[in-house]
Amino acid sequence: MRAVGHIAVNVFKESVRDKVLYSIVAFAVMLIAVSYLLGQLTAGQDLKIIKDLGLASIATFGLLIAVFIGIGLVWKEVERRSIYGLLTKPIRRWEFILGKYAGLMLTLLVNVSVMTAAFYAVLAYQGWGVDALARQAWPAPPMDPALLAAIALIFVELMLVTAIALFFSTFSSPFLSAVLTLGLWVIGHFNADLRNFENVLESRAAAWLARGLYYVLPNFDAFDIKAQVVHGQHVAASYIGLSMLYGAVYMALVLTGAVAIFARRDFK
Amino acid sequence: MDAISTEGLTKHFSVGFWRPRPYLALEDLTLQVGVGEVFGCLGPNGAGKTTTLKLLMQLIYPTSGRAEILGRPVGDVEVKRRIGYLPENPYFYDYLSAEELLEYFSALFGHPPAERRRRTSALLDEVGIAAERRLPLRKFSKGMLQRVGIAQALINEPDVVFLDEPMSGLDPLGRREIRELILRLRDRGCTVFFSSHVLSDAEALCSRVAILANGRLVSEGRLSDMLAFRIRGWELVVSGLTDAALERVRSSAGVLGATRLGPERYALDLPLTVPPERLLAELVATGAALVSLNPLRDTLEDVFVREVAAAPAARGLEGARG
Repeated sequence: MRAVGHIAVNVFKESVRDKVLYSIVAFAVMLIAVSYLLGQLTAGQDLKIIKDLGLASIATFGLLIAVFIGIGLVWKEVERRSIYGLLTKPIRRWEFILGKYAGLMLTLLVNVSVMTAAFYAVLAYQGWGVDALARQAWPAPPMDPALLAAIALIFVELMLVTAIALFFSTFSSPFLSAVLTLGLWVIGHFNADLRNFENVLESRAAAWLARGLYYVLPNFDAFDIKAQVVHGQHVAASYIGLSMLYGAVYMALVLTGAVAIFARRDFK
Repeated sequence: MDAISTEGLTKHFSVGFWRPRPYLALEDLTLQVGVGEVFGCLGPNGAGKTTTLKLLMQLIYPTSGRAEILGRPVGDVEVKRRIGYLPENPYFYDYLSAEELLEYFSALFGHPPAERRRRTSALLDEVGIAAERRLPLRKFSKGMLQRVGIAQALINEPDVVFLDEPMSGLDPLGRREIRELILRLRDRGCTVFFSSHVLSDAEALCSRVAILANGRLVSEGRLSDMLAFRIRGWELVVSGLTDAALERVRSSAGVLGATRLGPERYALDLPLTVPPERLLAELVATGAALVSLNPLRDTLEDVFVREVAAAPAARGLEGARG
């Protein structure tokens, strides 16, 4: 397992030295800052706009990083043949996959933390010097800790997206991996509709197929509590816990698949 | 126990998307390499040398057959702890410096930080890139990357080293340095298995060689045996040989060629079918004197060309083979 840590640190080092990543994070931070200006244009909705835009920025730019680094993680090593030097060191193939995954998680964690810090800085500035009467009009306080729960679930979603991108990266090209990962992400956000299909479909076979797909495809909607949090609605801790558990189990299955494929691969 | 042993090692690839056809990359390779040997795996481009090395490194899996290193199956983590590997045209993480790369690989062997630094520093000195240790690898030339590749293959002070075309990309000075390095490894008791299509390297370094062609082993043995017993004629060096005597000898004794070495001094080539004693008697009768008599042996190149030309064509061959 020690090898997993060393490989992860190396992936993180690669990300840190990648200027593209800095650009993505800088752009996200800039957008979060701009949300403050947009908030000023709307009467009474300023805090909501900032929270909406802030959470959406973290989710979107996190997704960009997860997909576009995730799809190249294994492919780049194979294509550039740097994998020859690495796999002949005393590591097992599953350690390589887990190390790559852990490295990208570390990168994402740092980036999401930077974006969260920028988000809270804007919120703190928005809440600074506002009188008590105006505060009462807000559905939730600016520095609402529930936002952290929403960000935590965004992070779990990104972990799952990364695992899926890594899975595709073990056997297909970056372009195909990106298309398949983003495709699954889109479908995964409409997954709940599949369950309702059986109520409107007449064919039993089609209804079973829809139900089967509902269980097999990832349900990314389970990680989306942004709207509730922004509107100050209570989200049960048990829901957050179950969503995290669902994400962890799905992630473990996807990574097991990635390891199984990678373990049998020939590196010609 | 052998350092390396393979038995019936075979690898077929599938080529073609719609109608895949088998493509023979390596067929039934059986060989043993003893501990401390410098073993050369020779063959023209596409002979199966790199495929053999990748099978030994378990970068690809065999279609059939088996391979062991130091008595354990290839791919075993305990085996990997004791081996080093230089891939052909190596490429490493270009965002790292040579120093960072070696320390990273050293960490994968579980070396503590101080030990990583010590080994890295010593190896960078040994392969001659100590001055560029902090330069990102993206700025390295092909020859410098080759040196980094050799350094990373030795980071664990391995018992067996596999080098795929180790001289590739190196200038004459670099080639000589790497030859000396391989000999130092041999003197330390390290087994060296290397692939090359440069025969002079093999001749200078190997105790035994295997020649591959079209994915098959066509010849294998001690280099000295391969070359020593293949006398293809004689070379007589004589002095005091006049032009008239030379013409007479040429016409009567079946001399293949005569090279003038100096005034009345010649090297005469005889086929194996002509006994040198008879010609020598004729020469002495003309007043010439014998300077030396040497058997003309095959060079490794002669053996190589003959074996490769005689190799049967491979089955189902398509495209390039590694």
